[in-house]
Amino acid sequence: MSPKTLYDKIWDAHVADETDDGTCLLYIDRHLVHEVTSPQAFEGLRMSGRKVRAPDKTIAVPDHNVPTTPDRVNGIENEQSRIQVEALDKNARDFGIHYYPVNDIRQGIVHIVGPEQGWTLPGMTVVCGDSHTATHGAFGSLAHGIGTSEVEHVLATQTLIQKKSKNMKVEITGKLSPGVTAKDITLSVIGHTGTAGGTGYVIEYCGEAIRDLSMEGRMTVCNMAIEGGARAGLIAPDQKTYDYVMGRPHAPKGAQWEAALAWWKTLYSDDDAHWDEVITIAAEDIAPVVTWGTSPEDVLPITANVPAPSDFEGGKVEAVERALDYMDLTPGTPLTEVEIDTVFIGSCTNGRIEDLRAAAGILKGRKIKQGMRAMIVPGSGLVRAQAEEEGLAKIFLDAGFEWRLAGCSMCLAMNPDQLEPGERCAATSNRNFEGRQGRGGRTHLVSPIMAAAAAITGKLTDVREMMNADAGQ
Amino acid sequence: MEKFTKITGVAAPMPLINIDTDMIIPKLFLKTIKRSGLGVNLFDEMRYDDDRNERPDFVLNKPAYRQTEILVAGDNFGCGSSREHAPWAIKDFGIRCVISTSFADIFFNNCFKNGILPIVMPKEVVDVLLKDAEKGENARMSVDLEAQTVTTSDGEVFRFEVDSFKKHCLLEGLDDIGQTMNKIAAIDVFEAKAKVERPWV
Ligand code: SF4
Repeated sequence: MSPKTLYDKIWDAHVADETDDGTCLLYIDRHLVHEVTSPQAFEGLRMSGRKVRAPDKTIAVPDHNVPTTPDRVNGIENEQSRIQVEALDKNARDFGIHYYPVNDIRQGIVHIVGPEQGWTLPGMTVVCGDSHTATHGAFGSLAHGIGTSEVEHVLATQTLIQKKSKNMKVEITGKLSPGVTAKDITLSVIGHTGTAGGTGYVIEYCGEAIRDLSMEGRMTVCNMAIEGGARAGLIAPDQKTYDYVMGRPHAPKGAQWEAALAWWKTLYSDDDAHWDEVITIAAEDIAPVVTWGTSPEDVLPITANVPAPSDFEGGKVEAVERALDYMDLTPGTPLTEVEIDTVFIGSCTNGRIEDLRAAAGILKGRKIKQGMRAMIVPGSGLVRAQAEEEGLAKIFLDAGFEWRLAGCSMCLAMNPDQLEPGERCAATSNRNFEGRQGRGGRTHLVSPIMAAAAAITGKLTDVREMMNADAGQ
Repeated sequence: MEKFTKITGVAAPMPLINIDTDMIIPKLFLKTIKRSGLGVNLFDEMRYDDDRNERPDFVLNKPAYRQTEILVAGDNFGCGSSREHAPWAIKDFGIRCVISTSFADIFFNNCFKNGILPIVMPKEVVDVLLKDAEKGENARMSVDLEAQTVTTSDGEVFRFEVDSFKKHCLLEGLDDIGQTMNKIAAIDVFEAKAKVERPWV
């Protein structure tokens, strides 16, 4: 048998039909659904009198629109948001799919709930009407975002019409330095490839630094594969993956577990597999990074200065002029002098328990800068409960952070958590596009510990200095 | 789905690179549960000022480009979220074809599902088409899907590549689900086999 990549293996195991030109029907094992990209798809089913083909493989949860303040138990005030969430309630009921309603403790961001409940397993195909579906690739499952027409297609047929992508290997060699996190890896890769660098590819992340990451960290890395333009990001499953999955509500048990494990252990890229593109980055070359512009590729180490348009070429020159104007930044300014007024820790990139533990490690015994608006939005109700049990919530509240209920929140500001025009935020989310966190709002993407450090000083900050101070150096 | 065969119309230049889906249709407008009516909010933040007045310097607000049917755009058009509201808004505005050097994957696919033709052209060609589009409403560009050509207002012809299956669907206005339903037997067979091989799924 010819050698295969991990992607090749998962792909081959899911092709239900193939035509001469390579167009395939790819069978979908898990379909995750949220309230924003699904109403029109369910409506389409109704209009054509179709059913959901595999309701037991379809899981829905509202997350984008839901308020994260405690008063949400009394209902959603914004009428349009409420209508969307109610539509999901109804669609889940009518079509008989698994559902975690707003006030269920298991509710949360769809990409955090899936793995947490054991819906996401190695070797699966996972789709969702959401680009950050790439997150699930951390388990060695082929996971990608789809549009609403495709949501309807999967609901009706449990398949997608697809052509195979190319294979890209991104290897992160060696060990990360202190203060450098999974978020810095994934941002640095995008800084390296650009936001279109991954277009047409499925990326497999590998190398010592990736192996060393926890499952939470691996999810952070794969989450942003889409920001590099890739269809999906993958990490081969290993003992950490199995340990994470074992015992979760929807993970296999007993003999099925053993059978599953035997297959999962075959899910790796063969030594001499063919790669269409290979990128290698040394972990020691990765610093804590921040974004300065309005594209996730606008990444620099925190020790750098704001660049000038003349540092770039081609169409990027004009884009940088526009970005600097939007961000109100002057070329040459040290990034550590950029003042911020808002900090957001959360999202499907960095809203898991480990992210909160890391942030708490910096915030313990400290207070946020006066006047700072700072909020922590756990990725799910269960993450929130665990953080409370571990005493993290108290650390956040003592430091001056708001401690919210689970949802997407200020990652995309579809709920009331938004930036005002001109406000500047250090955010652990994944997009710094114009207006992403609110019209006229300015976003700097960072890791959870960098966000925590910025909340304390009121500026973009090199968290390593704070860590050194803590260590008494 | 509406068929796409051949169009001749006004082309608008948008040379900015990395135009993302938040720019195409801000999240504010994702709260709808319908597909229609999004055209007025296409490129909303670039198109209107804080008081909801049109910004006169934005290309689609200029008299010459109000009837735009073809958009010639900078690299990596449609990056960002999976929101199909982006192609819905583009279509609702009246644009049927977008030409760029590259598109984000999900956006690219979403276009075909909505009767919009996204065309990838090399940088040199996009530059020529941008120049042509700058001429405004008197310069009409033609896109012929059957022949796979774009013709400038000066009669210069450029060929483009398109996936044969996607081309077929657009030309005939075929709906994907209907087509897949014809292959339901293959899906049944696959599902039965998968149930044996991977019963835990
Ligand atoms: S947290 Fe942000 S990126 Fe993740 S699913 Fe929600 S809106 Fe999308």
